[in-house]
Amino acid sequence: MSAARPAAAPETVVSARELSRRFGDFVAVDRVSFEVERGEIFGFLGSNGAGKTTTIRILCGLLAPSSGTASVAGFDVATEAARIKTRIGYMSQRFSLYADLSVDENLRFWGGAYRLWGAELESRRGWALAAAGLEELRSTLVRELPGGYRQRLALGCALLHRPPVVFLDEPTGGVDPEARRRFWDLIDELAAGGTTVFVTTHSMDEAERCHRVALMHAGRLLALDTIRALKAAFPAGCVLDLASPQPVAAMTLLEGTPGIEDVALFGDRVHVVVDSPERAAGVAAALASGGQPPTAIEPGAPSLEDVFIKVIRDAGARPGP
Amino acid sequence: MRTLINILVKELLQLKRDPKILPILFVAPVVQLIILGYAATTDVRRVELAVCDLDRSVASRALIDAFTSSTYFREVAAVGEQRELDRWLDSGRARIALTIPAGFAADRAAGRPVAVQLLADGSDAMVGTLGLSYAQGVLREAAAGGLPEPVDLLPTVLYNPDLLSRFFMVPGVLAMIIMIMTMMLSSMALVRESELGTMEQLLVTPLTPGAIIVGKLVPYALIGAVEITTALPIVLFWFRVPLEGSLATLALLTLPFMLCTLGLGLLVSTAARTQQQAMMISTFVFMLPQIYLSGFIFPIQNMPAAFQWVTYVIPLRYYVTVLRGVFLKGVGLEVLWPQGLAMLGLGLLILSVARLRFRQRLG
Repeated sequence: MSAARPAAAPETVVSARELSRRFGDFVAVDRVSFEVERGEIFGFLGSNGAGKTTTIRILCGLLAPSSGTASVAGFDVATEAARIKTRIGYMSQRFSLYADLSVDENLRFWGGAYRLWGAELESRRGWALAAAGLEELRSTLVRELPGGYRQRLALGCALLHRPPVVFLDEPTGGVDPEARRRFWDLIDELAAGGTTVFVTTHSMDEAERCHRVALMHAGRLLALDTIRALKAAFPAGCVLDLASPQPVAAMTLLEGTPGIEDVALFGDRVHVVVDSPERAAGVAAALASGGQPPTAIEPGAPSLEDVFIKVIRDAGARPGP
Repeated sequence: MRTLINILVKELLQLKRDPKILPILFVAPVVQLIILGYAATTDVRRVELAVCDLDRSVASRALIDAFTSSTYFREVAAVGEQRELDRWLDSGRARIALTIPAGFAADRAAGRPVAVQLLADGSDAMVGTLGLSYAQGVLREAAAGGLPEPVDLLPTVLYNPDLLSRFFMVPGVLAMIIMIMTMMLSSMALVRESELGTMEQLLVTPLTPGAIIVGKLVPYALIGAVEITTALPIVLFWFRVPLEGSLATLALLTLPFMLCTLGLGLLVSTAARTQQQAMMISTFVFMLPQIYLSGFIFPIQNMPAAFQWVTYVIPLRYYVTVLRGVFLKGVGLEVLWPQGLAMLGLGLLILSVARLRFRQRLG
């Protein structure tokens, strides 16, 4: 879009440096730094209140940072918010189209808000209707649309002006799995076309579809890498998958055992995370002595959830950076 | 400009879709105007009078006739003992009690000073004091009856010769309706966007806060104009309030007033989180004080000095003056320009404060 941008890849489209935001005494975002490349699907993970939404709102120019700097599409968020707004799409976690307007009326209004008029508006409106699968429903009031359609329409509205960066704040909340899958297909297409997608979620399934993920906890950025690298960094020999005739009883038994960090049921298998490889050897013995000997026990692969639980636990164990 | 039209179209579409809003917009003002037009009257007629005539003479009878022949009084009781009057006053069946002492006729014939007693029910101050003053008027006339008048007093009331309170109340009601509608709607409209989360979505677009505000306020100004147009025929043809001045003056001076009320609505929306809060704040912080202090009901010159000063920042005060001026006095801009300027100034001030707060709240 901007000719001033250097042609060489990779291009940094979003960058944050020591970004902080305080509300009174509460630090919502605490010295966060990261960079996002063009065409990347960048996942922002964390529980509610971790600071994800606040970070996105700062990047969109809705909130001023308390300290630190950030830039989006080459413009500073603190001083050039107006220019950023023409170059980003934003979809908030609350559904925010006008429910009492029709699909078409919403597209026309939001197109106008992005200064699209005439033939250009018509062509983008057609594109959004096709992308959302809403051609047949264009005169329907938005409040009568099923959730999945609304979500895709909201995305369509946020993309009308072909923004190089799009911020999606928990876009698939309350949407059925099929609609969620279609939504993510759309996101893949966008990224393949060079759009940078910045998405927050607390779903691990969705995180797996991101190129890189950042984990936020209590305002701090605790980890940032590709899924593969994050999993590879997990200490070897600390994950076990075991089969048991009574998996629930086995799980209950293990939950109280020292050195066991996490136990979860994956289908009929019990997924166990321990704090050291030495401890792994003791798991079978502990089960046997509790009257629940496992039928099979083998090394497992850490899930993304295991990685994040460990990162958060490690961060809590040491005093702040 | 296209940006503004885009927002305007959206607002009007939303209004059209709201099935509850249209009856509120068009029926409520008419109903309010009719109810208040009849109820908001300070005329006192047919005050209930209880009489205790202890003289029972031709002269005392003539005095009572002087009371009852006027339309101000209606004799509800003639009692023989003075203490019976208390019962009539206590029960509220009589508002004014008149006692004519024994020897009234004789004293009068001898040219001695005579005294009659009047008791007024002060629990309804309006009826009580007005009744009392009517009664004094009657007594003065009766006393002057036999004597040649040195001065012939012929009072002339200007602008509203019959002193019908309806004539000055109804234009005031019109002002109130415009204020309530425009302020309420504009405050709720912005809060609703915040409640739904669409405000945030608007703010990430290149639309400026200024454009959003103007795009929101213009439709409500239009609604205000429609309200006046609906209500005006009722004022003119139902209540037969004369329109001495010009409609153009009225229209022109309504604009700065709406600037104030819409600005106040916006100000409310920067303080309220929900539509209910917006309604409460509008009503209690802005509307009722404006109504009390505007001179619409209570004359400003009777207020304590400090309150009189406060009335200068009340937009409704100026607009009530404008409406009464245009309707009853037939004056135009040559007289009403200070009111127009005051409202314009207040409106711009309110809007700038509101806009500042609007930005801070969202920033």
